[in-house]
Amino acid sequence: MSLNMFIQNFINALGLGSLYGLIAIGYTMVYGILRLINFAHGDIFMLGAYFMFFATIRYKLPWAVGVLLAIAGSTICGLLVDRIAYRPLRSAPRISALISAIGVSFFLESLATVLFTGMPRAVLQPEWLMQPMLIRDGGIRLMPLGIMVPVISFILVGALLWVVHKTKPGLAMRSISFDIETTRLMGVSVDKIIALTFALGSALAALAGIMWALRYPRVEPFMGMFPGFKAFIAAVFGGIGSIPGAMIGGLTLGFVEIMSIAFFPTLSGYRDAFAFVLLIVILLVKPTGLMGEKLEEKI
Amino acid sequence: MRKLLLAVMIGLFVASGALAADGPIKIGFYNCLTGQNAFGGQLELEGAQLAVAEIPEVLGRKIELVVVDNKSDKVEAANAVTRLIERDRVNAIVGTYGSSLAMAGGEVAEVAGIPVMGTSCTNPLVTLNKKYYFRACFIDPFQGAGGATYAVKNLGFKKAALLTDIANDYSVGLSNFFKAAFVRLGGEIVSEMNYQSGDQDFTAQLTEIISKKPDIVFLPAYFAEGAVVLKQARELGATFIFMGGDAMDNPEVVTLGGEAVEGFLHTTFAYDPSMKDMNPVAQKFTDTWKAAHPDKDPNVNAALGYDACMLIVDAIKRAGSAEPDKIRDALEQTKDVPTVTGLTTMNATHDAEKELGIVEIRGGKKQFIGTVKPEV
Repeated sequence: MSLNMFIQNFINALGLGSLYGLIAIGYTMVYGILRLINFAHGDIFMLGAYFMFFATIRYKLPWAVGVLLAIAGSTICGLLVDRIAYRPLRSAPRISALISAIGVSFFLESLATVLFTGMPRAVLQPEWLMQPMLIRDGGIRLMPLGIMVPVISFILVGALLWVVHKTKPGLAMRSISFDIETTRLMGVSVDKIIALTFALGSALAALAGIMWALRYPRVEPFMGMFPGFKAFIAAVFGGIGSIPGAMIGGLTLGFVEIMSIAFFPTLSGYRDAFAFVLLIVILLVKPTGLMGEKLEEKI
Repeated sequence: MRKLLLAVMIGLFVASGALAADGPIKIGFYNCLTGQNAFGGQLELEGAQLAVAEIPEVLGRKIELVVVDNKSDKVEAANAVTRLIERDRVNAIVGTYGSSLAMAGGEVAEVAGIPVMGTSCTNPLVTLNKKYYFRACFIDPFQGAGGATYAVKNLGFKKAALLTDIANDYSVGLSNFFKAAFVRLGGEIVSEMNYQSGDQDFTAQLTEIISKKPDIVFLPAYFAEGAVVLKQARELGATFIFMGGDAMDNPEVVTLGGEAVEGFLHTTFAYDPSMKDMNPVAQKFTDTWKAAHPDKDPNVNAALGYDACMLIVDAIKRAGSAEPDKIRDALEQTKDVPTVTGLTTMNATHDAEKELGIVEIRGGKKQFIGTVKPEV
């Protein structure tokens, strides 16, 4: 493989991996606090992309306004999902909330199919994001989007870590993850903090949805399914519950997927197999994932 | 045991059919109305609806189209056919877009003994050793060879690469047939890359293909995926030509792909609204379509949905009966029936024999370039 090809693949992998990471953070945040795998997360991601589609293509709003509306819309959806499907089950066995999450996921996918039809739609790709820059005499092509996606992802992870570790609501979040009842006794409004977690997770999902649709310019009701699964795997891989772990898991998955094809082109059909074998190996060696904490402490 | 039960049910069904001879003739229709292939399935449905609207009655009985969605899913496709046969008791079935789905549905229809007319399922396995499955389209060996013939003879290309969806029977089949014909005609395959249905990132495969500098890349994808591949390829600076099969024949490919699909070639059936000197059936179909859907163009899927229904109606007329087995026997005798996609004859393997067309996207529009005779 030539150096140009390697760098091109590296750029591609960085873009894909940071998107996986961004989605994975949503899974990891909710899991970290509630021990709930929020299967509807991939569908909030899909809704974010759809809101963007409607704002920019249907109603011809400026791109930046579309981004804000998509984030606002997805955040509201995320809050509604928590309020309607998860909060009533807070004291129920964990499996009930899990089933409820799967139900919400199917519900959102079907609802989107009915409302938006099952047909894939093209999305708006602003010129300034898509203008390729030629590096090394045209051997490598890099679009502003290719820089934007990882940079925004890393900034968001940094911001999130700051919220969780340096602010009061963040302290409350961490406290809930240890013991929900004791936290309540300390005078923390637990439901509000959990709602905040869902709001943050959904806003991140919307951003990931928007950037995903820019890179892979098509929206459809089931577009959240595969990225959702992959990101969930990335979250487990990095150690579910850990925010840096989710990002590292996402990047690892992105790099394994791209580089397995780059180095073994004849085995390109086994891309997912490579990723899953790696996952199994990691989990065998370190059952809590790369950055995971010991589970005994938490249960 | 299940087979026996089914046989008893079919017996009852035939008996009840004889009793209620004056009820409507039911043509079941299963297709991808939602999911990743919804574009194709929807057009086929609209084509079929035009056919039924045009011929509301045959043998003095009303024709009723019973529509079921297979959600672009193999399991759902089998369920859909079961439902059509067991609950709706249809006389014959039309469907579907997607060879994998047709194979799943075909197993059910075969056991029940209900004739099925495939619309655009072009993989040879769909009708292989099937007594009851027919199709209104040609098959992939013919289509793959046609694409390779055009690339080598008309365009003078020597080096080709393949990008195949290995989770899709249609894509794998077509790639193999293109490859065999391309090599036989003196060409060289410089790269063979794979992906899986549902993948959205093709950058690694495309980077590899670009490094091998092919003249043409054969991409037997469904159009929604294909459009995304073409976009990513242009973003990565690819300059070679892409060629696809009939599954890329959809007006939406331009909407989804924008400028990236310019110059894209695909093999398809000998029908396109842009073609000159259409046959009379095609002309009539185009006019009725334009009247019914003024805001969108018909395509081959619409035409095949229409043709599939018409071939069944034709068989019912010739059989003088709507009994599934009589329809089946008449379908086997189909010869030189004028359809939208050319004169159609059923061959021994239940595949339609008809011409192969080549379409290119120019200036954001599909242009029918002409027909090609595959060197099989």
